[in-house]
Amino acid sequence: MNRAETEAPPESPPLARRIVQEDGVVVEHENFQGDYRLLRLQAPAITPLVQPGQFLHLKAPHAAESLLRRPFSIYQAADGVVSILYKDIGRGTRAMTFLRPGETLNLLGPLGTGYPLEDRGTFPVLVAGGYGMAALYLLAKRHPNRGIAFFGGATPGDILCVPEFEALGWEVRVTTIDGGLGMQGKVTVAIDAWLAEIDETVRPEFYACGPNAMLKAVGDHALARDALAWLSMDRNMGCGVGACLTCVQKLHTEEGGWTWARVCREGPVFETRRILWDEEKAT
Amino acid sequence: MTPVQAAPDLRVNLGGIAMKNPVMVASGTFGYGPEYADLVDLNQLGAMVVKGIHLEPTRGNETPRTFETASGLLNAIGLPNPGFDGFVKTYMPFLRQYDVPVIVNIWGRTVDEYAEVARRFNDVDGVHGLEINVSCPNIKEGSALFGTDLDMFRRVVDAVRARTRLPVIPKLAPNVGDIRAFACAAEACGANAISLINSFPALAIDAETRRPELANVTGGLSGPAIKPIALKLVWEAARAVSIPVVGIGGIFNATDAIEFLIAGADAVAIGTANFTHPGTAMETVRGIAEYLDRHGLARVGDLVGTLAA
Repeated sequence: MNRAETEAPPESPPLARRIVQEDGVVVEHENFQGDYRLLRLQAPAITPLVQPGQFLHLKAPHAAESLLRRPFSIYQAADGVVSILYKDIGRGTRAMTFLRPGETLNLLGPLGTGYPLEDRGTFPVLVAGGYGMAALYLLAKRHPNRGIAFFGGATPGDILCVPEFEALGWEVRVTTIDGGLGMQGKVTVAIDAWLAEIDETVRPEFYACGPNAMLKAVGDHALARDALAWLSMDRNMGCGVGACLTCVQKLHTEEGGWTWARVCREGPVFETRRILWDEEKAT
Repeated sequence: MTPVQAAPDLRVNLGGIAMKNPVMVASGTFGYGPEYADLVDLNQLGAMVVKGIHLEPTRGNETPRTFETASGLLNAIGLPNPGFDGFVKTYMPFLRQYDVPVIVNIWGRTVDEYAEVARRFNDVDGVHGLEINVSCPNIKEGSALFGTDLDMFRRVVDAVRARTRLPVIPKLAPNVGDIRAFACAAEACGANAISLINSFPALAIDAETRRPELANVTGGLSGPAIKPIALKLVWEAARAVSIPVVGIGGIFNATDAIEFLIAGADAVAIGTANFTHPGTAMETVRGIAEYLDRHGLARVGDLVGTLAA
């Protein structure tokens, strides 16, 4: 039976309603790999509330002229400590590189609607580009099933966390644009190869985080297989709680039109069928 | 035994709107209330000004809609809103739960639209005042012109005044030749108070791509970058009129707010700071009380317009 024809895609799970503002204390801040840093923060109020795919909105100290907070996917959350992986890409993240253990920074979180964890009897397929693997780690840990993870990056230095995912029981396949690690090419090359290998009875369900072009490609693969694809959308963000309407994303409506959704509140994770991509013509 | 000193009296009457303190949240920076209800106690606000409401739902601008600048935020959201009916149905039951005056920011594309949306709020329980958005810089169909053309400004304020029973607060644009002319026109048209400033029209450019940072090309600049401009305009406007003035522009803490009160504002509204620190308004209320206490002032009104210049 073709499930996509008989069932509407399930809605995103209800928002974890509680949002907490808390001063996080830096317990560890170190080079993780290459240009990537790991920042671990003691945040006992936020940590137990975290669901896979949610994010933290933090006020970087040492950056007085930067008014806004910066959003980061939550990598790990356990024992009162949340962690993020980040890279110095601008004013806010540059200021963060100076953080030392013992310093505090103000956190809002956990924010947004993350990945669903329901066991639908499907085979979970994780797809990460950029440092999207950070956003997928908690899902890999808490998902009721084990499956396969595809990590794509420009160079071997961009491929993070492979041992961590393997330790959780996931098969990890790597692609790099320069061919320095794993298959050469975009991450979809490896997904195509895997889809050609597997038995027709395997019903994949995709969970992805990365650049929008990669997310769209993953969504298209899912549509072609009548599979679900949960995509974590990346948007510039303002308030992080749904007030400023900066991070809006177009979604299809049931009536055939479109509406804006807030990536920080209704998102960041949306099922691919709901997303109206920028390339499509809005009506 | 020394008498116990009473806590400073923070109450403000804003043109008929009784507020427990002078600290409001500015339109467009606090949503419609529920967005921040998890994080702060809304009952501690002096008043809440909700995001601009039009007769019909509108979607607003394409993205990107905001861009962070040095000590500022450039925005061109484009006034997306659920429309009059959507707002009243979805948000008023929520807002009525709180002991906080609700001021609805209204806008239109024509004078008649302003008048009509104002009229409809006459029958809405729980609305305490209307702020007239004549100065959103991001609406192409003339809204900004209502804020910078004195004759059109008068027509809008007159029309709204004629249709509403509620206190009316025109929100003034900063990019005018003489702010006093607009402040006085508002008073002459029967406005109960004025608020200023709205964001300042501005442009940010990506040098690499040679493209504007915002989909709307230009936007409105807010945040600490515009505070000195706002203070100057509030100071000028407050001396020109006898109706109350709401000072807005880059207020991030109690000291900023106190500066506006000294410049002549009877109340203040926190804007961009809400995006950074949701509790800014509440901390500002406490900071003003502490300041009044420290300076031996019994009432917040004793501070208003006391600039020694």
